[in-house]
Amino acid sequence: MNTLIAIIGLGVLCLLFEIFNLRKAIVPITIIGLLAVLGLTISEFNSTESYYNNMIVVSKFSTTFSSLFIVLTIFLVALGHNFYENHQSKISDYIAIKIFLLAGAVAMVSFGNLAMFFLGIEVLSISLYILAASDRMNLKSNEAGMKYFLMGSFASGIILFGVCLIYGAMGSFDVTEISELSQSAELPVWFPIGIVLVTIGMLFKVAAVPFHFWAPDVYEGSPALTTALMSTLAKVVAMATLYKLLSVMNADVSESFKMVVVIISMASMTFGNIMALRQTNVKRMLAFSGVSHAGFMLMTLLSLSTSAGSLLYYASAYSLSGIAAFSVILYVCKNRDNEDVVNFHGLGKTNPLLAAILTAALLSMAGIPIFAGFFAKLVLFNQTIQAGYLALVIVAVVNSIISVGYYFKLILAMYTKEPNEERKGTPVIIYAVAVIAIVLNIALGLFPSFILDLLA
Amino acid sequence: MNNILNHIGIENYIFLSVILFCIGVFGVLYRRNAIIVFMSIEIMLNAVNLLFVAFSTYHQDAQGQVFVFFSMAVAAAEVAVGLAILVSIFRNLGSITIDNLKNLKG
Repeated sequence: MNTLIAIIGLGVLCLLFEIFNLRKAIVPITIIGLLAVLGLTISEFNSTESYYNNMIVVSKFSTTFSSLFIVLTIFLVALGHNFYENHQSKISDYIAIKIFLLAGAVAMVSFGNLAMFFLGIEVLSISLYILAASDRMNLKSNEAGMKYFLMGSFASGIILFGVCLIYGAMGSFDVTEISELSQSAELPVWFPIGIVLVTIGMLFKVAAVPFHFWAPDVYEGSPALTTALMSTLAKVVAMATLYKLLSVMNADVSESFKMVVVIISMASMTFGNIMALRQTNVKRMLAFSGVSHAGFMLMTLLSLSTSAGSLLYYASAYSLSGIAAFSVILYVCKNRDNEDVVNFHGLGKTNPLLAAILTAALLSMAGIPIFAGFFAKLVLFNQTIQAGYLALVIVAVVNSIISVGYYFKLILAMYTKEPNEERKGTPVIIYAVAVIAIVLNIALGLFPSFILDLLA
Repeated sequence: MNNILNHIGIENYIFLSVILFCIGVFGVLYRRNAIIVFMSIEIMLNAVNLLFVAFSTYHQDAQGQVFVFFSMAVAAAEVAVGLAILVSIFRNLGSITIDNLKNLKG
């Protein structure tokens, strides 16, 4: 609860800085503020409390995931310092929108009432529409914003209809009351329909396969920093929320629902990886890789009662390597109109450090040992086998092997091709963010139990 | 009020809302003018609001009506952002037909 209030206060403070003409101080002060909020969140770790008639429920699940979101936001705000260099007059808006987005994200993982869930998801989505279209002179960014807006509000409509049917069946928005009532034998048929509609809406936001078609276009067209935000923060938030929603509202998911999850998960992995193989635009490639990672994360829905820790671990591993990869992409593609692989030619010679970081990030996403991505997949597969879904794990392993193909395409381009031009300048902040993100990723890989035991 | 609901039956309210919702969905999927697509999204959201109010009376519980205020506020914010994006598209392209947005594919 305090986390949410502090974050919103920080967002308002950002807007006030513009009035007092302190634009230069915004990024450092926001980072310090977010670090303070992170400390506040961690201090609430062991408490389980509910506020405002159960609107917000602080639990271990919500505090750990909120901490992850805050860490990711710190990275994204820090990258903003370099990315918005030429838009100094608007920097407070960009940063403030990111902070409000974080507030939506925290509300989404700590809801105790479906009203809070809906408001959280809308705060997050509306902020993302603005950020996707924020490069307003660029037609690509406009198009991405429009597509995202149309798809996003369509999905919101479906989620709202689902919430309405759940309310109609149960007569309450409170998730604990709903889960108590859902144990009784006589349920109106609206309740399962409502759950299905809400799930469909959330799968839109996660970009899992039948509902992924917006993702590549939106990722490619948006400004690179927004793409980084969508593919790390927004995806992880949506996944955590879907997990919490299903685990809180109907703890014993029916077999047919699990079958659907298995099929969606397999389809997301396979389709995402196969489409990623033929992309030349790096942002588009990472969009399809994000679709396949969504498929992996959906596997946690098969063993809802035990897999919160592995979801947190997979989400942290994926999003930290995503941040590291995108900070290199931001450096390489600054002041260029596209993000083709050609731009990465010879990065291994002109800038060995960043090339090594990008390589490490991609290897972590592909699931190569010592990086956190490997252990995340290991834990996840182990859990899924124990839940009795061997076929799904086989498909997942085959897909991990396919994914190495396109990640290595980029790595080979960096190390074997000749550089086409020199890049000037060493933006310290990008280096710092990339190094810290990848070091955190490796640290998670070396000590997996640290995260896994948090939600055991 | 509850008496009327008993006469008409909650199912009929659900059917009406589902029909309105589907009209909205088909509007989003088939119309090519961005303004009409926005209106279709509004029809979807308002169909749900209608159902919220009907359920609220059905359960004799005010929470549903309060939720309608939330969803109306959210819909207003959403459309404001959507229209802002549309204005910037119109400035760049000189048209608001969604079919013109075809730069991104692959």
